[in-house]
Amino acid sequence: MSDSHLRDYWTAFRTIVSKEVLRFARIWVQTVLPPVITTALYFIIFGGLIGERIGEMEGYRYMDFIVPGLIMLAVITNSYANVVSSFFGSKFQRHIEELLVSPIPNSVIILGFVFGGVARGLAVGVAVLLVSLFFSPLSIHNPGVMLIIVLMTSILFALAGLINGVFARTFDDIAIVPTFILTPLTYLGGVFYSISLLPEFWQGVSMLNPILYMVDAFRYGSLGHSDFPIAMSFAIIAGFIAVMYGVALVLLNRGVGIRS
Amino acid sequence: MTPALEIRGLKKTYKNGFEALKGIDLEVAPGSFFALLGPNGAGKSTTIGIITSLINKTAGTVKVFGHDVDTDLQAVKRSIGLVPQEFNFNNFEPIGEIVVNQAGYYGIPRREAWKRCEHYLKELGLWEKRKDMARTLSGGMKRRLMIARALVHEPRLLILDEPTAGVDIELRRSMWDFLTRINTDGRSIILTTHYLEEAETLCRNIAIIDDGAIIENTTMKQLLAKLETETMVLDLSEPPPGIPLDSPIALRQVDEMTLEADIRSGQHLNDLFRVLDQAGIRVQSMRNKANRLEELFIRMTRPGQSPSHLTPGASGTTEQPENQA
Repeated sequence: MSDSHLRDYWTAFRTIVSKEVLRFARIWVQTVLPPVITTALYFIIFGGLIGERIGEMEGYRYMDFIVPGLIMLAVITNSYANVVSSFFGSKFQRHIEELLVSPIPNSVIILGFVFGGVARGLAVGVAVLLVSLFFSPLSIHNPGVMLIIVLMTSILFALAGLINGVFARTFDDIAIVPTFILTPLTYLGGVFYSISLLPEFWQGVSMLNPILYMVDAFRYGSLGHSDFPIAMSFAIIAGFIAVMYGVALVLLNRGVGIRS
Repeated sequence: MTPALEIRGLKKTYKNGFEALKGIDLEVAPGSFFALLGPNGAGKSTTIGIITSLINKTAGTVKVFGHDVDTDLQAVKRSIGLVPQEFNFNNFEPIGEIVVNQAGYYGIPRREAWKRCEHYLKELGLWEKRKDMARTLSGGMKRRLMIARALVHEPRLLILDEPTAGVDIELRRSMWDFLTRINTDGRSIILTTHYLEEAETLCRNIAIIDDGAIIENTTMKQLLAKLETETMVLDLSEPPPGIPLDSPIALRQVDEMTLEADIRSGQHLNDLFRVLDQAGIRVQSMRNKANRLEELFIRMTRPGQSPSHLTPGASGTTEQPENQA
């Protein structure tokens, strides 16, 4: 690949990302504000009211324990939602054709949408972090782990959102996965509790949930506590990213849902 | 000279079994203003979809300026600008952003993209609206926006799929002037339209596609020469003293102040004027009864129907079979 092609692709990538960022920023009342309000309610109800009665979790105040999980919850749902709604919207309004007729490789299209989703995931994550400061002091045990885990998680769920967007034919199709799969997995992924509280059988079942490793690793970065080795969490997330990216690329190359 | 477009044996069969293209051959010379005409569902949009890689072909080859869509798709895409039949931009984006983003997809840096955006939006009378959301534009403005967007990467081949559908006459003529100008500057243009007057005015070459097959591919001049009889309507300045019965040109009186004259292939308007002069008939004005291309089009695609069965200007209709898959 020549330098000029690389420059062109870089410009195209930046164009898609900036378009995606402007899209969610333009409608911030719909995209950024609601998750911040929802998470603030979690802090007040679960952390403040109920948390006072729960006491400590793994040696931490309950409010402090759930903050990392709630940040991850916001990052996961928003990274996913941004890409699935944007990609499906572009199919629905047919402006996906702007990309399809241009000489951008599918890999660049994927990366552009994914990093748009990452931008929203991080924007909401930072907003939730700022809100959490009203309820819990900032706790950073390993900033590098926190940053890498949140980035990888955001990339993974942005890719998942893209795949959902490729297959979606109606607006219902973009709501099914977040409602029936993503939300239960997130809630059962150790956001509100430590996996060690579960009976052995359910611990085994929970270990099949990839979100558990993401929340756990992020909590390690924040509090220094984890139920699993950090390297294992990195490996699992990286594996999922590789698989999701491969699937997304094959789908776009075949033109599934976008070409006749 | 390498053709702007070269299509050989192009076939498309949709998953539902509908055979949209049955092995068409087509060649468009560089610098040409080429009309691709056909009734609804004939295969025009499928052909354009395949050229622009929006539709996967079943068989055949497509080359744009010598670049094969199968082996050199990136170069093909760089050579083409597409103005599709239906609006396909984000209605919730400012129009300047729509054009600049399109340039970005072709690797054009933002500063240069804004320069080009300004040039084309000014040419098409949209620069003052660059900050407006696309949804606020009128139908005609949306068409012009799509033309600006298609040109921003300066393609050598511009493909226009019914670009003036729903556009008022004044605006349509200004778009014709613009398209003629960019064609004169060397850009090849392929046009599909339901306004046959538009094709006759703008295009030098023409292909007619019907039922997935090319049934005519020639110059506009040669095609129009095939018209055997052309009917002229004559508006008279005073009632005629009489109608010559032995005239070589058949004359009919429609009403007190109107005549119709059938001019056969090989006859000239001078012959008609001579007959009218000799008969002392004074003519105020004269026009074609039907568009010449329209006459031929109907004869070729719908044998047995008169031009009145065609609804000139009835565009914006969707070619259902092509959109099914």
